[in-house]
Amino acid sequence: MTETQLASRIPLEDYARLLGAGEIEELRALAKPLRGRSMEMINSTAVGGGVAEILTRLIPLAEELDLNIRWDVMTGGDDFFAVTKAFHNALHGGAYQLHRGDFEIFLASNESNRSRLPLDAEFMVIHDPQPAALIEGRKPGSAHWVWRCHIDLSHPSREVWDFLSAFVSRYDGAMFSSPEFSQRLEIPQYLFYPAIDPLSEKNRDLEPEFIRMVLARYQIDAKRPILTQISRFDRLKDPLGVIRAYRIVKRYFDCQLVLAGGGAADDPEGVVVLNEVRREADGDPDIHVLELPTWAPLEVNALQRASTVVIQKSLREGFGLTVSEALWKKKPVVASAVGGIPIQVIHKHTGLLSHSVEGTAYQIRYLLSHPEIAARLGEHGYQHVKENFLITEKLKRYLTLFLSLARAA
Amino acid sequence: MTTAETPFAFFTVSYLVRIGSQSAGTIGELLTGLEHCSDASIFHHTFQTLGSHHFLTEGFSNDFAQWALADANHGDLAEQLAALDIRDYLSIAALRSDLCRVTADYCDAYPDFARQAALERFYFCESVEVTVPLGYQACTLEEFRAGIERMSHASFYFHFISSRLRLHLRSNDFSLWLANTLGLQTLAASVDQIDVYTNTLDSARAKVLRLIDRERRKHDGNPAG
Repeated sequence: MTETQLASRIPLEDYARLLGAGEIEELRALAKPLRGRSMEMINSTAVGGGVAEILTRLIPLAEELDLNIRWDVMTGGDDFFAVTKAFHNALHGGAYQLHRGDFEIFLASNESNRSRLPLDAEFMVIHDPQPAALIEGRKPGSAHWVWRCHIDLSHPSREVWDFLSAFVSRYDGAMFSSPEFSQRLEIPQYLFYPAIDPLSEKNRDLEPEFIRMVLARYQIDAKRPILTQISRFDRLKDPLGVIRAYRIVKRYFDCQLVLAGGGAADDPEGVVVLNEVRREADGDPDIHVLELPTWAPLEVNALQRASTVVIQKSLREGFGLTVSEALWKKKPVVASAVGGIPIQVIHKHTGLLSHSVEGTAYQIRYLLSHPEIAARLGEHGYQHVKENFLITEKLKRYLTLFLSLARAA
Repeated sequence: MTTAETPFAFFTVSYLVRIGSQSAGTIGELLTGLEHCSDASIFHHTFQTLGSHHFLTEGFSNDFAQWALADANHGDLAEQLAALDIRDYLSIAALRSDLCRVTADYCDAYPDFARQAALERFYFCESVEVTVPLGYQACTLEEFRAGIERMSHASFYFHFISSRLRLHLRSNDFSLWLANTLGLQTLAASVDQIDVYTNTLDSARAKVLRLIDRERRKHDGNPAG
């Protein structure tokens, strides 16, 4: 999938109603010195996964500020995406078996994209490892190039990172979702959070009737506690660990578990993991394993809003935007202290962190036993997201970065 | 009402967070980091974090204290770090000195605790500041009130909280302008007394607006004012 699908125009005034006119006026003030200057974002997939989801919303918003911004998607064959998926897992700390030709396949695909893409904007933002070698297309002395890494680099395969860092070190800066992911690089490294769009179908308010309808469609009982993890069927999201935590909680509370996720264009392992999850569920009627279509934002929204507790028990995580989605809906969250999650879940302030299956189960039981504390965590979580993890804040960070780069030059 | 000769120009601020090269896994390493990190890092983990977490008015003061509590599990040190009030400091050097003193005293008193590994590491980051004008200004108390009501959280933070480092005064941009330009010393002092730790930016702003309204009512009853 290479054709970008931007969200339809959303007037900034709609955000002003939610956030206050002052916040939008501030965006306009930051954008003003950047008008007439070009910006380009490049990633590897037009649909599926968090990066595409953010860009789908970010670009139209930037256009609302009269900025000259473009989003391009690199192309690649199955072999390229198989290699970059292996890179992805290896950079997350998984085992990596170097196959002959992997690096050559990566480089060949980047080279063909260099001749296809314009790469001529004043501010170039390259997302994730797949297009990292596009930097070779940078013309001497031209433009500002920054690399945005969305994945957890805290325990990278040295072999893969050594290969990639040769390209990354040629950028003007690198952005990571957590300080833990930063690397030994000579270039400046910045903290950049992903973001959710409060007006997207995944996050906007829903009618209670619609939520009831979604629960009925999936035969989920609205009267009993619902524990939910929304994520791709990926081992790094530890869906089997979630089921084990649920089984501990189930001894004390008559609850249900919802494991719901869609596929992604660059995730060939999803089917295998989904089958593992179904085997682990072992026919338990209170475990609802839902394979949602790639783009099912309203269903995800409804499931999150219907949840009593939202779980994100990842083993590795780039950022874990589903946490922000849940917090935005004022849901109490129990999540692993990995990757960018502790930035969103400030322990005992905006949610509860855990470090194991047993710890996850304990924190869920605590919240089910103390609904007033769950509600307070949810309220603070909502404020935290409103202040730090909305798409408007993300746009502000990019504007700040571009202004900073331009002023330094 | 008085018209100011020098208008109040409303600005806003935005921060990039630059990841530093230091991190700490123990209280002892935190002390080393505090001694050697940049001024921009001390600013980031104290002044700036108060702005970005303003909605937490119970038990959140600065990143060092939060880490000492949640990750290092040293509640008594956390309490002392949290008790350092940024309003008392006119320079980062003075704030750093007290952060180091509190942490060093703790390490001296409990050398074993100072070596215990924390659950998660503390990463020193620093703020890179970009300011831009909002494009409006105030010459009267009425215009000033309208400007404060209209401004963003970051703008309010810039003028009310981080300003004291810029001014090197135990004050803020609002109070300084009210006192020096409009001659409203009492109002200026009242505004400066608003507690930034127990208020959110919204509730602090609401208090500023209420104080201005009270001042305006006084002048409404005294047309010569």
